[in-house]
Amino acid sequence: MRRILATLKIAGRALRRNKLRTLLTTLGMIIGVGAVIAMVGIGNGAKSQIEAQIASMGQNVVLVFSGSFSRGGVRSGWGGAGTLTIDDSEGILREIPGVVAVSPEIRTRAQIAAGSQNWNTSIQGESPEYFDIRQWPIITGSSFTAQDVRSANKVAVIGKTIADQLFPGEDPIGQVVRVKNVPFIILGMLTPKGLSVQGQDQDDLIIVPYTSAMKRVQRVTTLGSIIVQAAKPTLLNPVQQQIIELLRQNHKITPGKDDDFTVRNQQEIAEMATAQSKTMTLLLAAIAMVSLVVGGIGIMNIMLVSVTERTREIGIRMAIGARGRDILLQFLIEAVTLSLIGGILGIGSGFGVSKLIAAKTSWPTLVPSEWVVYAFLVSASVGIFFGFYPARKASQLDPIDALRYE
Amino acid sequence: MNAVIQLQEVHKIYHTGSVDVHAVRGVSAEIQAGEFVAIMGASGSGKSTLMNIIGCLDRSTKGHYLLDGTDVSQLNRDALADIRNQKIGFIFQGFNLLSRTSALENVELPMLYSKDHLSGREQRERATNALGTVGLAERADHHPNQLSGGQQQRVAIARALVNQPALLLADEPTGNLDSQTSIEIMGVFQSLNEKGMTIVMVTHELDIARYTKRNLIMRDGRIVSDTPVAQRLNAETELRALRDAQQAVKLTV
Ligand SMILES: Nc1ncnc2c1ncn2[C@@H]1O[C@H](COP(=O)(O)OP(=O)(O)OP(=O)(O)O)[C@@H](O)[C@H]1O
Ligand SMILES: [Mg+2]
Repeated sequence: MRRILATLKIAGRALRRNKLRTLLTTLGMIIGVGAVIAMVGIGNGAKSQIEAQIASMGQNVVLVFSGSFSRGGVRSGWGGAGTLTIDDSEGILREIPGVVAVSPEIRTRAQIAAGSQNWNTSIQGESPEYFDIRQWPIITGSSFTAQDVRSANKVAVIGKTIADQLFPGEDPIGQVVRVKNVPFIILGMLTPKGLSVQGQDQDDLIIVPYTSAMKRVQRVTTLGSIIVQAAKPTLLNPVQQQIIELLRQNHKITPGKDDDFTVRNQQEIAEMATAQSKTMTLLLAAIAMVSLVVGGIGIMNIMLVSVTERTREIGIRMAIGARGRDILLQFLIEAVTLSLIGGILGIGSGFGVSKLIAAKTSWPTLVPSEWVVYAFLVSASVGIFFGFYPARKASQLDPIDALRYE
Repeated sequence: MNAVIQLQEVHKIYHTGSVDVHAVRGVSAEIQAGEFVAIMGASGSGKSTLMNIIGCLDRSTKGHYLLDGTDVSQLNRDALADIRNQKIGFIFQGFNLLSRTSALENVELPMLYSKDHLSGREQRERATNALGTVGLAERADHHPNQLSGGQQQRVAIARALVNQPALLLADEPTGNLDSQTSIEIMGVFQSLNEKGMTIVMVTHELDIARYTKRNLIMRDGRIVSDTPVAQRLNAETELRALRDAQQAVKLTV
């Protein structure tokens, strides 16, 4: 034990003697461990963000898109005008048991303006149920009503970004915003959501009654998609099946022909999203692995240099009775100390990066404490693994040859 | 008396490239406990090679070397390391101190690898004592590059003594020192020898060899002469004589 302590002291002194070299050597480890920690933090943040996003789709939701995903992988414009109609939407609500709410949907991007301010944003036509289904409450003002939908009134609910861009420092409620030169009165503003996992500003949108969007903005008669809410999770599959049957009937699609629409339930969408984030995590893990290996090789390299530089010292130690094992331990401890310094700095910088990303994206990045322990253990293992060869080389030196080394 | 060192037909051949250098060619000798031996000879006669074998730093190519009755040529690396640590104090031709390490820590070094685990305080105490023996107690914190050659040599002696070995080996301990410092070092050796330590040293200075009790002379890897020292010099008296002489020419006060 004393021997190990003394060896630790020797290793510490050797490293302190060459502070710059120590730091440069550990750089690889810093990046590697930093990448791991940042990856875990961001991965966790992304996961919770995806979960939040899935949850924000609403509970027990089935989405119907116009166009077919399956037709050669091409789909004709998700959310744009397409094959779905208001009749389809009303039919789903009326005829399929277990459906509690629907929101016909039509989306586009357009230039909007208020006073002298211009902004390009996403325009969504929805029904008033949309805010309930999505569990996205209005923070100030109010929603539009079923009456607004019936009369295709020129009213709108906006996201926070629109308020910031068009009405800086003003209350947007009651103000007029021109969408493709059609004036809409702002009724309310949505609770801000921040960035999505894909890095999109989720508050950069304006929501109007779907009828208004169809007649006054897009001048089309079809819907892009329909959001359907089922009463219970167990109803998702039957509802999905019944929607398919109903729409095929409505669209007069003969058996054997492909659907001209696509139905996806929430579970499927969630699975797609997690698969995506898994790919991302794997990629980051690969980067982290590579940097750890590079860091380890850096340590090995510098330890080999150190062994050569200190051949005489090794010879002296052996001549006065150090066994091979003592020398091995000394250099191994030195390598592990190096990799641990890198590991600790890496943990720190990984935390820093994930905090920075948290601040930039408003994701709740979180590094679980066990990962700090893992990072520590991994650093130590890298040190042992890559330090072993140089240390063994040192321990196998012949005392006389080492003493004669110039 | 029991022989500490028994050399039986010891050979050492260096294989370098195409030529084999036969550095030691059949040395047989016995050195008893309590002896003080000087090995002399021309440069390249194999003195250092022989010393390294005696010091268990190197192995003989042929022949047997018995240290305290055990055949060292049969032992493995670890066992040899332990012998170097416990039984032998070795003083090298070029001091071989660890640079950027204080004198005290240099002296503590053998205890770091010793089997009897001493506490840090005990190590410090013993190292300080050893430095005291060679008259360097007040330089404990100095690094080798802050010490003169003679002082560095004394640190090396203190390091060789700190594990209280029975055998002290020194390869040209006075090689780089002026005559006064050389005599001082011989004084240290003589008093250690009086306390019972067996000492073998290499030198090629005839007058230094006269402080020992027995002289071996080597030539071409063989011992060609083995004689007891007839008129042994005493370091203390010589030192006093030297000081008087120096005072006469005002070298010292
Ligand atoms: N590592 C080595 N490889 C090859 N030859 C060596 C080696 N070490 C010593 N020799 C040779 O062995 C012979 C004896 O060398 P050694 O160092 O023992 O001489 P020495 O008596 O100590 O000389 P000096 O008084 O100059 O120190 C020399 O001829 C030398 O060239
Ligand atoms: Mg020599």
